[in-house]
Amino acid sequence: MSGYEARFKVWRGDAHGGGLEDFRVEVNEGEVVLDIIHRLQATQAPDLAVRWNCKAGKCGSCSAEINGRPRLMCMTRMSVFTREETVTVTPLRAFPVVRDLVTDVGFNYRKAREVPAFVPPAGVGPGEYRMMQEDVDRSQEFRKCIECFLCQDTCHVVRDHEENKAAFAGPRFLMRIAELDMHPLDAAAESGVDRKRTAQDEHGLGYCNITKCCTEVCPEGIKITDNALIPLKERAVDRKYDPLVWLGSKIRRRSSAG
Amino acid sequence: MSVVERQGWDVVVVGAGGAGLRAAIEARERGARTAVICKSLFGKAHTVMAEGGIAAAMANANENDTWQVHFRDTMRGGKFLNQWRMAELHAQEAPDRVWELETWGALFDRTKDGRISQRNFGGHEYPRLAHVGDRTGLELIRTLQQRIVALQQEDFAATGDYESRLRVFQECTVTRVLKDGDRVSGVFGYERESGRFFVLEAPAVVIATGGIGKSFKVTSNSWEYTGDGHALALLAGAPLLNMEFVQFHPTGMVWPPSVKGILVTESVRGDGGVLRNSDGKRFMFDYVPDVFKEKYAETEDEADRWYEDPDHNRRPPELLPRDEVARAINTEVKEGRGSPHGGVFLDVSTRMPAEVIKRRLPSMYHQFKELADVDITAEAMEVGPTCHYVMGGIAVESDSAAARGVPGLYAAGEVAGGMHGSNRLGGNSLSDLLVFGRRAGWHAAEHARGSAATRPVVDDAQVDAAAEEALRPFSVSGENPYTLHQELQRTMNDLVGIIRRQGEMEQALQRLAELRVRAARAGVEGHRQFNPGWHLALDLRNMLLVSECVARAALERTESRGGHTREDFPGMDRAWRRVNLLCALAGDAVALSRETTAPIRPDLLALFEKEELVKYLAEEELYE
Repeated sequence: MSGYEARFKVWRGDAHGGGLEDFRVEVNEGEVVLDIIHRLQATQAPDLAVRWNCKAGKCGSCSAEINGRPRLMCMTRMSVFTREETVTVTPLRAFPVVRDLVTDVGFNYRKAREVPAFVPPAGVGPGEYRMMQEDVDRSQEFRKCIECFLCQDTCHVVRDHEENKAAFAGPRFLMRIAELDMHPLDAAAESGVDRKRTAQDEHGLGYCNITKCCTEVCPEGIKITDNALIPLKERAVDRKYDPLVWLGSKIRRRSSAG
Repeated sequence: MSVVERQGWDVVVVGAGGAGLRAAIEARERGARTAVICKSLFGKAHTVMAEGGIAAAMANANENDTWQVHFRDTMRGGKFLNQWRMAELHAQEAPDRVWELETWGALFDRTKDGRISQRNFGGHEYPRLAHVGDRTGLELIRTLQQRIVALQQEDFAATGDYESRLRVFQECTVTRVLKDGDRVSGVFGYERESGRFFVLEAPAVVIATGGIGKSFKVTSNSWEYTGDGHALALLAGAPLLNMEFVQFHPTGMVWPPSVKGILVTESVRGDGGVLRNSDGKRFMFDYVPDVFKEKYAETEDEADRWYEDPDHNRRPPELLPRDEVARAINTEVKEGRGSPHGGVFLDVSTRMPAEVIKRRLPSMYHQFKELADVDITAEAMEVGPTCHYVMGGIAVESDSAAARGVPGLYAAGEVAGGMHGSNRLGGNSLSDLLVFGRRAGWHAAEHARGSAATRPVVDDAQVDAAAEEALRPFSVSGENPYTLHQELQRTMNDLVGIIRRQGEMEQALQRLAELRVRAARAGVEGHRQFNPGWHLALDLRNMLLVSECVARAALERTESRGGHTREDFPGMDRAWRRVNLLCALAGDAVALSRETTAPIRPDLLALFEKEELVKYLAEEELYE
């Protein structure tokens, strides 16, 4: 395949407004959308704002919407489009625009702070941790997350519902809770934190109606809905409606407090 | 004078990769109010690209492993030019640094008895690398990031403010370290998003900005690697050490062109992958240098047996240190035995079942499938050398990570020199970040405490000068920063690359001087809000300064050692082993000087056989 000239539409503007700008730009064999954005910077639009870093699908910086679909620009091959097709690149819709393709993703960093951290088990020193591979497999799957926030962007709970953002952590951080809840040595319960209950009561797990949009856009192929959110929902429900579990948790908390 | 926002902190850490975050955690835990500044979003630093693992002699996979063996391997890998006290501290403390990560929530791959699994890597005598598949760097950065958040949660509980004692300034660039006389007084920088300037006043600054790879055309490094910290230290009066040593990783992708240079992890070879040329020959058997002859297999049979029975067989030559493998690939390609796109073949498909490959090397499988349409479980990869790491860096005191000559300045991680000598072993980078990140944070916090009564004062004139310098690209024109950057990358790649010659390096210095003149005219369009053209114009200063240091030092060192190969001086020269080359700024010019290294402590020398030392050390060192 030799080089050709592609048609691009790139959203340009800032918090006050903006619109799609047309470009014609050279494309060569093997290139990805981010290469084309870089070529625009170097040849036609030196101040075109874009976030990127590793250019290898490992850091999750270059998230954008390509023809309306949330994707990493560095992992979207130009060969998936026909030569006649116009490729439209717009910023993530769920977050406020800063400039051009750069959005304010501060929402995610605020939500990250609201999830209580890993609690190390008492009496187990550094170097004494023993965990079987099969017991860490599931949490390891969730730790593959590169925090590209595509799942947060696509999730319909917040995508067009700014009002839900306060009460809803989003798939990435509900998955973080699931990861910690399934960590074989996490001692949150002993310290009085019920991760399942807080997922439901404080992080908006109930808003999720398992449409799997998050799983579909995950560039790491993490089964967010099936492996994290649904199991977390099941465990949270057990917790909520099982009176014995409820009573047990009260007793345990009291004894550990005393 | 310009109106610039100012804040006071105890310790400022520049860079939020593994070293910077570990330094910040340590400083905050020791009571210093700590600010971290990073160019990208929090958690996106180049450390996420590290794949293979963290080297630490925990002896989980082979009970014979000890810090002494790790120390020996590190010194051999660096061809004995390492700042030996750093190599010693690194080998001793790495296990504690890894175990500590588990207490912060890290989940490494496990052994059958539930401990941290360890894998083989080039130059390491035993399986030593703690890992998570081939995404260990991500696990490291995420764990440190989550530890920072945990500390912020503690601070929120105590003060009602998450950022009262530890704050991350993300998407900000530091352009100057400020000084009060000899001492550090803070940093000057700008917010990338808004273009606004700011000053953080602090008696202690830790530089942890990583490397310089973006000065080369073919590199595994991200855009952040513009040598900022190296340049900041130089401009603040601190010298750089042994900048001629640049590691070319033997296995980068070579096709398609847009991904040329992206890393293919050494784990591919550690787990059984082999290198072949266009004749199908495992050529590495022809490239075992004399100093390593006794330690590597001579036949394919022996090499293959080693994976199952390492105690009775010698390791395959594919696992030689990176400098040796990179040079060998370079030679094969040059002599016409390369692959169609100018690399060689790296094959796991005939060595392991497809499921094992997908489980052990998931991101390599993904990367080749997505970016090159290559299924590594069915066919060989094409790979070639890519600029990966700089062993040279800010000259530091081994124990404290303090930069020489500038009180209050510290450096850790890739930006610091000395630890890896002339060549770094795979896996020793992540452990370096943790060991010396912690030490830098610790000593910076102590320095800040000691300065509490006499805090340095920020000089308004320096702030004004820094603001003026940063605004210059808006008032000049004539050169495009992107074009200049491409010319710089070609110059370094072609003239100061993996194989070096005197004439070419002299030519490179001439071109760098011309580029420096032209860079002063690098202008930008638009305004200061998130303007990548402006950011690049400012980064050019750093890349040009650091590139000049690399070229000058490379021209001076008339021998070949580790990450410095001279075609005109192909042999390693024992007389050069004791020579450090230092670069400092004299006015605008880079000035080069030599110093003799401190003698290696006798008890550390005693860890080696005399016959081995003879290959590296000069006569007078052996009989001192």
